[in-house]
Amino acid sequence: MDNEYIISLVDQGKRLDGRKFDQHREISIETSISKNSEGSARCKMGNTEVLVGVKMDVGTPYPDSPDEGSIVVTTELSPIASPDFELGPPGVEATEIARIVDRGIRESKAVDFKKLCIKSREKCWVFFIDIYPMNDDGNLIDASALGALAALKNTRFTKLENDKPVFGEFTNEKVELDKLPITFTFVKIGKGILVDPHTREEKAAEARLSVAVYNGKIHAMQKGGSKGFTESEIEMMLDLAIKKEKDLKKVIEKAK
Amino acid sequence: MVYSKREDGRKFDELRKISAKVGIIKRADGSARFQIGDTIAIAAVYGPRELHPKFLQDPEKAVLRCNYDMASFSVTERKKPGPSRRSTEISLVTEKALASVVELDLFPNTAIDVFIQIIQANAGTRCAGICAAAMALAHAGIPMKDMVAAISVGKVGDKIVIDLDKEEEDFEEGATDIPVALTARNKEVTLLQLDGEVSKDELMQAIKLARKGCEEIHNVQIEALKEIYKEDKNGQ
Repeated sequence: MDNEYIISLVDQGKRLDGRKFDQHREISIETSISKNSEGSARCKMGNTEVLVGVKMDVGTPYPDSPDEGSIVVTTELSPIASPDFELGPPGVEATEIARIVDRGIRESKAVDFKKLCIKSREKCWVFFIDIYPMNDDGNLIDASALGALAALKNTRFTKLENDKPVFGEFTNEKVELDKLPITFTFVKIGKGILVDPHTREEKAAEARLSVAVYNGKIHAMQKGGSKGFTESEIEMMLDLAIKKEKDLKKVIEKAK
Repeated sequence: MVYSKREDGRKFDELRKISAKVGIIKRADGSARFQIGDTIAIAAVYGPRELHPKFLQDPEKAVLRCNYDMASFSVTERKKPGPSRRSTEISLVTEKALASVVELDLFPNTAIDVFIQIIQANAGTRCAGICAAAMALAHAGIPMKDMVAAISVGKVGDKIVIDLDKEEEDFEEGATDIPVALTARNKEVTLLQLDGEVSKDELMQAIKLARKGCEEIHNVQIEALKEIYKEDKNGQ
């Protein structure tokens, strides 16, 4: 029922909240929202709200990258954020969000993993980037990706003593973010392609595409939904993502 | 054993700074944030709603279900996400702390779900969670016989104190932590736990102190709940 209504709206060139198809909701970012974390941020896109915290630990580098640290991204879709979420271990949806965020950061080389090496082959920093949606009003993917970036920008290193972390004590050394990849998620409803979908639009969508862009280059993609896109639709979304990169970058650049 | 002065300069019967806000999660039927010192709890209420699986339904009343969880980044050393024995127990005692004031008989066969997330922890998280949850239930418009506030009291060294912070909980020469929840009007104790060692007189003194603290918290809860209607008046 609701889906039919949304499809008919889109057919008339309209959206639920009066936005244009290529228009984002208002985005706001707040950092240092949780004192015990190494870095944290709250990202809001309209009524969608996501909290992201970064915690650090010392681990062992992977044998195939002995001079690099690593990141681990997890998402918990707690029922606090939506009547549609249930308690339990992360399901498919939560895992997908975490993986998309992870790839955006990893593939754009936003964080230089070499700088996370403490001792080659023996010790390296591992960043745990944990995402907690607080209100799901659609497009958790983009809000999570942006929130994760803001939390990383906000991150200071834990104190290290004899190569062991002293939890709860921080240094003034910030994590250097070399690049700021921006993730854009589009949905296809009827013949319309919409950016930054609302929950109800997500439910009515037949196909979904997320694109992580940095400096006009594409670093990660994920196609979702049961239907497909045409080549020209894909090109249109890529053009739009590249065009809008600057606008969203301004928001994240302000975050400290 | 002498504990002469609190690290943060508070008096022994003084709470940390409290703030509260209602209506912070739009999709929830009711929601609230409660902060005491550096501890921040967020609560959301969904329901009364259908309860699945069906055999869990109670034909006489609603089932109140509480879930307490700490964010992985809320503590100094990362907490592994997901439930633990500790969070399971806290969820249970939270439910018991709130159940007596909620008019569950009005909504047979349904569930009222309360979710609590601690996003920053510095002691007293279960009490902060209960304070937030009680406000979220009221905000959801669920009929309640009374309001609930909770605070931890205890003994640090030789002193009976209210609202222990993390340092006091970890006091080298011993600290006793006593989380207490009280209903606002009838002053019924709906949560009482203790670990440590106190005499009976000390315990009664601590509960008396908790009563004073809960009154103060109750005022903050009521003010925050009123605030939401002020906003409504302005057409928001």
